[in-house]
Amino acid sequence: MVKVLMKGNEALAEAAIRAGCRYFFGYPITPQNEIPHYLSKRLPEVGGVFVQAESEIAAINMVYGAAGCGARVMTSSSSPGISLKMEGITYMAGAELPCVIVNIQRGGPGLGSIQPAQSDYFQAVKGGGHGDYKLLVLAPATIQEMVNLMGKAFDLADEYRNPVMILGDGILGQMMEAVELPEQKDLGKLPDKPWATTGAKGRAPNLINSLYLDASELEKHNHHLQRKYERMAKEMLWEEYKTDGADIVLVGYGSSARIARAVVDKARAEGIKAGLFRPISLFPFPKPALQAACAQAKNVLTVEMSMGQLVEDVRYNLEFKVPVHFYGRAGGMVPTTRDVMEEVKRIVSNGEGGGTV
Amino acid sequence: MITVFERPAALTSAKTHYCPGCTHGIIHRLVAEVIDELGIREETIGVSPVGCSVLAYNYFNIDMQEAAHGRAPAVATGIKRVFPRKVVFTYQGDGDLASIGIGEIVHAAARGEKFTTIFVNNAIYGMTGGQMAPTTILGQESMTSPDGRNPATQGYPIRVAEMLATLEGAVYIARVSVHNPQEVARAKKAIKTAFELQIAGKGFSLVEVLSSCPTNWGYTPTESLKWIADKMIPVYPLGVKKPLEEEKS
Repeated sequence: MVKVLMKGNEALAEAAIRAGCRYFFGYPITPQNEIPHYLSKRLPEVGGVFVQAESEIAAINMVYGAAGCGARVMTSSSSPGISLKMEGITYMAGAELPCVIVNIQRGGPGLGSIQPAQSDYFQAVKGGGHGDYKLLVLAPATIQEMVNLMGKAFDLADEYRNPVMILGDGILGQMMEAVELPEQKDLGKLPDKPWATTGAKGRAPNLINSLYLDASELEKHNHHLQRKYERMAKEMLWEEYKTDGADIVLVGYGSSARIARAVVDKARAEGIKAGLFRPISLFPFPKPALQAACAQAKNVLTVEMSMGQLVEDVRYNLEFKVPVHFYGRAGGMVPTTRDVMEEVKRIVSNGEGGGTV
Repeated sequence: MITVFERPAALTSAKTHYCPGCTHGIIHRLVAEVIDELGIREETIGVSPVGCSVLAYNYFNIDMQEAAHGRAPAVATGIKRVFPRKVVFTYQGDGDLASIGIGEIVHAAARGEKFTTIFVNNAIYGMTGGQMAPTTILGQESMTSPDGRNPATQGYPIRVAEMLATLEGAVYIARVSVHNPQEVARAKKAIKTAFELQIAGKGFSLVEVLSSCPTNWGYTPTESLKWIADKMIPVYPLGVKKPLEEEKS
């Protein structure tokens, strides 16, 4: 198989095509614009549809309509745009509609910046919109992983009838790496969706809906959704690097995990037994694997491009049995290996870190 | 025995939740009769709104999607782009379409999305309890304009049909009423035209239907029908707004 050099955003877009996605509805926002640029050219070539919507709100509701018809459909945006899509996302979770949503995160809050960040973690993994719901959240750390997870995202969305979020950031979206692309998926072999609105030909009408006026019915629906989220536990994904017998385990996802990995190598070279645990599925969170990876650890350190979000889940999932420290940069600033290394040394020598810069 | 009147196949037998004297029921029936007459019941996908007609999916015997408040035109865009040969319509009230969803309807019309919108204008928010709508006429009392809509602080009503008729992507825009049998017949004709133009692939079509709300207006059903004729129609003149007679080729 030939490798090609691709920008993260473009690789995501091509991977969506290969996964059988033929519908894209979106609205421009930096730093994810290469996705709509690429798909506005590519989708018509494969008989697909690209629509530039009037807003993120309209775009996600177009996704709702198309997903309700059984189509493989996606949208992409960046942090402020994802906030706008939250209304549509909770409706899709409620109506159990499969789709893929890409968030190439940038700094916040508010209009924030256009530089990379990881400050939408809570929004992504805890629901984000109103009501009790979860997205499946996948966090790639390389361009190849972006490609691989895109295909997986569409399959998971269909399997669970649930929106799936690919949580990237401006670094991953903009950087280039060599990737191997999968073969085009056979569109004839995509899952059947007998629940979709296709016109009630020879059957009772289908309905796509999230309204349950009867409280007991809505509670039943919530229980049904909750059982589904529990079933998703079998989709946990993670990567470990030198965690065996590690005294300090660094935890990070996406771009931060790449920095943390380099720090692990530096630390090992200086005789510090460091390791890396990288959650790939942020929901479901790989709790048993994290606990096993940190079983011997005296300290845990999360490395984030936020003011401390992943750290809360790491503490919670380790059940507060190990000291969990946090190092983060925010607003589009990226942690350097040197600064994280200093933090590791501080923690190893006196059990106290500085936290953030 | 000869059957002279029966329920259209495109309506279910469910009892509606509409208040006595509300004309939503008539408008539902007109849409259903048109679907039956065009023989498209099994190829039609409807989108219901948020507001009084939120439960329209219980009454239309067709595939339906329930949209978020105001977003029905975006949902319909997604549906129609997946199934360009099926018939797609949205059924929306004035709070849904002219207030929170004004962006979605304008852009769907501007893009020339090939679906039909049935826009039910009763000049008030019904479901939430009678608040002022963008279509509330000057001087009209509501729960949030208790002294009557005052243009100095509450602005002016939006004439949706006239506004959308300026857009090139819209091929057919009409305003009709259902306050008497003659107008009901005209309303049905307009709805049928809109669906036929959609089936012909011409572009976006919308029929604005003036409708009564006895409960929130505080009138009897018959007074309400008279209020449409006396108060609403002068503000919202009936007729085909696009194409105008002189534009027809």
